[in-house]
Amino acid sequence: MTAFLALIDRDLRLAFRFGADTLASLLFFILCGSLFPLALGPSPDLLRHMGPGIIWVCALLACLLPLDRLFGAELEDGSLDLLMLTGPAPAAVAFAKMAAHWLTTGLPLLIASIPLGIMLGVKGSELPLLLLGLAMGTMSLSLLGGMAASIVLGARRGGVLLPLLVLPLATPVLIFGAASSYAGQLATSPAASLDLLGACLFACLPLCPLAAGQGLKAAVG
Amino acid sequence: MTSPSDFPTPPVPGRLLDVEDVTVFRGDRLVLDGVSLTLDAGDAMILTGPNGAGKSTLLRTISGLRRPDSGEVIRYGNLAWLGHQDALKPGLTLAQNLALAEKLGTNSLPDALEALDLTHLTDLPARLLSSGQKRRAAFARVMLSGAPLWLLDEPTVGLDVASIERLGAVMAAHRAKGGAMIVTTHVPLPLDNTRSHELPSLAHVESFWLS
Repeated sequence: MTAFLALIDRDLRLAFRFGADTLASLLFFILCGSLFPLALGPSPDLLRHMGPGIIWVCALLACLLPLDRLFGAELEDGSLDLLMLTGPAPAAVAFAKMAAHWLTTGLPLLIASIPLGIMLGVKGSELPLLLLGLAMGTMSLSLLGGMAASIVLGARRGGVLLPLLVLPLATPVLIFGAASSYAGQLATSPAASLDLLGACLFACLPLCPLAAGQGLKAAVG
Repeated sequence: MTSPSDFPTPPVPGRLLDVEDVTVFRGDRLVLDGVSLTLDAGDAMILTGPNGAGKSTLLRTISGLRRPDSGEVIRYGNLAWLGHQDALKPGLTLAQNLALAEKLGTNSLPDALEALDLTHLTDLPARLLSSGQKRRAAFARVMLSGAPLWLLDEPTVGLDVASIERLGAVMAAHRAKGGAMIVTTHVPLPLDNTRSHELPSLAHVESFWLS
């Protein structure tokens, strides 16, 4: 457990030291979201209606950006060998990296989605629901993305393969997540979509780190 | 780090490692052909052989990073690993880079840094270190682990004569305490009573298999 926390601590230090990766996905998220009003026209009704969907798709794409380096940097400088040999179990190493990915990517995205949501005309009363859905959604995406990143680790053109692997797996998260965020506008209950979104998260929680641990073992072998 | 009770009881007291008839393929190329060796407390084994003879592959197989295609590797104690990369993050200071190894290991960081003459560099970012200093920092990680079995892949790359002497003293102290090590190297190390294991080049076998 100490090793697990020490690993997260080390990753957070690295993220602060090299802020570019974190900042890049955050800026991508905000820029991408800001482009929609330019393309769709400034109609407030249209933007309010599109808002949650735009935020969800942008968050999904922004989560993908730093995945390529998540394990890649560790493999290249030999740290992964050391982690596999002396660190915690491979699945715990993978889980720690995924948790660090969420803290450095998912959490900033959550915070940035507040101004982006307001800009797109999402009502203040609908924001908490959007944030709750996004919180669960970005956690699932970190888990799925980390799994995919460990599977393509060491493969040529891994960066191209990665979105092709993650995006299909992430569709249930996107569907239920966006559906829950629209509940406020459509005056329906978000309970069913939130339940299913939570189910996705709790399925990913044990399965993704286990699969990723196997991927890491295969990558160093 | 695995607790000592998780390892099998050695057949001979002091035995640290048994490698029995290990064969490894890389793709369809034979890299290691029936390698057997044993290591007891106090041993220092130098792996020799031409480039591409599989020295690093043998170390990776012994460490457990790679599964042998046939044969068995049995360890009776923990190991410490020094790969041919230093695994230092350029943006973190030396102390931060070694923090994880210090938490997982049993030895103290100041002692290890003192022994390798790195104390004055503790708070310097790793990107400012020279390649020899980085190599010594990576070696400090091995010392921190407190594991009896050291696997060292080219520990002296980039080191000057004084640093190699220092490394030799650390290695001798480790052997005196009942540790053992397997080292691949191309320069002579200041160690006495070493055993050596020569790996033959299997380059000629490839053509045999393909014909």
